[in-house]
Amino acid sequence: MSSKEPPVDPEMAARQRWMALLARASAERLEAGLAALGEPPRYDLLRRPETGMVMVRGRSGGTGPRFNLGEMTVTRCVVRLADGTMGHGYVAGRDRRHAELAALFDALLQQPEARPTILDAVIDPVAADLAAAERTVREKAAATKVRFFTMVRGE
Amino acid sequence: MYVAVKGGEAAIANAERLLAETRRGDPAVPEISTAQIEQQLGLAVDRVMTEGSLYDRELAALALKQACGDQLEAVFLLRAFRTTLPRFGASQPIDTGRMQVARRISATFKDLPGGQILGPSFDYTHRLLDFSLLAAGETPGGPRGESDPEPMPHVLAMLDREGLIESEIEDSPDAPVPDITREPTTYPADRAARLQTLARGDEGFLLALGYSVQRGYGRNHPFAGEIRFGTVEVEFVPEELGFPVSIGDVAVTECEMINQFKGSATEPPQFTRGYGLAFGHCERKTMAMALVDRALRARELGEEIDSPAQDEEFVLAHSDNVEASGFVQHLKLPHYVDFQSELVLVRELRRRAAAAPGRRETALAGDE
Repeated sequence: MSSKEPPVDPEMAARQRWMALLARASAERLEAGLAALGEPPRYDLLRRPETGMVMVRGRSGGTGPRFNLGEMTVTRCVVRLADGTMGHGYVAGRDRRHAELAALFDALLQQPEARPTILDAVIDPVAADLAAAERTVREKAAATKVRFFTMVRGE
Repeated sequence: MYVAVKGGEAAIANAERLLAETRRGDPAVPEISTAQIEQQLGLAVDRVMTEGSLYDRELAALALKQACGDQLEAVFLLRAFRTTLPRFGASQPIDTGRMQVARRISATFKDLPGGQILGPSFDYTHRLLDFSLLAAGETPGGPRGESDPEPMPHVLAMLDREGLIESEIEDSPDAPVPDITREPTTYPADRAARLQTLARGDEGFLLALGYSVQRGYGRNHPFAGEIRFGTVEVEFVPEELGFPVSIGDVAVTECEMINQFKGSATEPPQFTRGYGLAFGHCERKTMAMALVDRALRARELGEEIDSPAQDEEFVLAHSDNVEASGFVQHLKLPHYVDFQSELVLVRELRRRAAAAPGRRETALAGDE
C-alpha cells in the first residue's frame, strides 16, 4: 500500500501507510478503536464529512498515456484537535462517519505520544487482517493455476 | 419534436405505485436486499458500475433493485446520481501491473512468469442448468492452493522488450487528459477520449462491433495477449496535502489484444495493441473494447477505413446506451400535434393523386 516512488520523508511515508489502512478499515472497527482509547478526544470539524467523486484514471495499454476510466465515490473530512493538529480523511465510498474517524485517527497519529498505542491497537491489526485477506485471494487464485505439460512426440 | 401535454397526473402517480408493487412481486416471496444483489448478482453490479461510470457497488445494487433488474435502466439511474456529486479531482493512474490478481490468462504464451490463473470462470463450465441451485443450501468453500507471491508482469511487456510489439507512447504528465463528461468529443478524437467512451459504452454494441472486426469488417486479426482481473489500489493527491493518499481499492478487468501490423516506410513489421479496461469483472466487455480500440486506430496506423468498427464518429457517437435508449424511447412521448400535421399532409397528397387520373398509367408507360 505504498506509493510507487518511495517518498524520501519517513514521517510522510508513515502517514501514508496509516491513511491507506484507515481508508480500508471499517467504520465499526475504528469506532471500537476510538472507544478503547478511553476519554474521547475533543476535536472540531474543519470540513464536515462530504461525499463526492474521484475520477479514476488508467493508462492506455496499461503503461501509456492516461485516460479517464470512470468515477468512484469518495468521502472526505478534515478535523482539528484542541492543540491545532489537523487530520485528513479520504476514504472510498459514502460512509461519512468512516471519513470522520479516519480524519480523527490521522490527527491523533500525528501526535508522538499517542502514536505507538494507536498503531498497536488499531492500525497494525487492520494491516494484519488485510494481509490475511490478500493471502486468501492468492491461495484461491493459486488453486486455479494451470500446470501445463508439454507433450513430447515419440514417447 | 413533441409538444407538452397537460393532464394525466393521477394516472402517472398510479402508474408509479403500480410499478413499485410490480417491483416487489409476490409478497409471499422474501424481499431481495441490496446486499444480496451486491454479493450474489455481482456481475450485474459490475456492468452497471462500468456503464454507469461510477464505482460504488452498493449504489449499483440499489439501482438494479429499483430498475427491477433492467440493466440499462440501472445504468441510467447511476448516471443521473453521479451528476449530483461534486468531483474532488482525478486519481493517479492505476497500476494494473501491481494488481492483486484473481484471474490472469494469456492465449499467446502458455508458460509465463506468474502462471496462468483461471480464477472464478464460466469458461470451462458445460453450460448445463444446475438444478441443485433450485434448492437452497450452502455451497462448500472453494479450494485453496499454495500461496505464491511471484510477480505477474504484463505479457505484452515481454514482447515489448524484444521490440516485437509497438511500445506505448510515453505519457507526458503535464498534458491535459480529455474528459468526455466535461467537453463534448471532437473528431478526430484523441485515443484517451476514445478509451473513456468505450469504457462506459454499451457492452452489446461493442460486442457486436468487435465480432464484426473478427469476421472481416476491419481486417485485424487479434490474439488475446493477456486478460487479468483483480483489485488495484487507487491513489489521490489532495490539493491541501500535496502527497498521494491511498483511498481504497477497485476491482478492474484488463484486456490486452495483440494485432498484426505489416509495417510502413518508417516502422518495421511488428505487433500492435488494442486495450480494454473496465470496472469489476467484465471480461467480455473488455475484450470487445480492445478489439474496437484497435479498429479505431486505423487512421493512426495508415489502414484503409472501410468498416463500421473503424468509423470513429459512428462508433463513439452511438456507443452510449443512456443516450441511445433516451433517443429511441423518446418516441413513446406524445407526438400528437406532429402526427396530426403528417396526417393532414398524407391525406392532401392522396387527394391530389386521386384528382389526377391517368398519372399512374403515365408513370407506367414511362417505365417502358
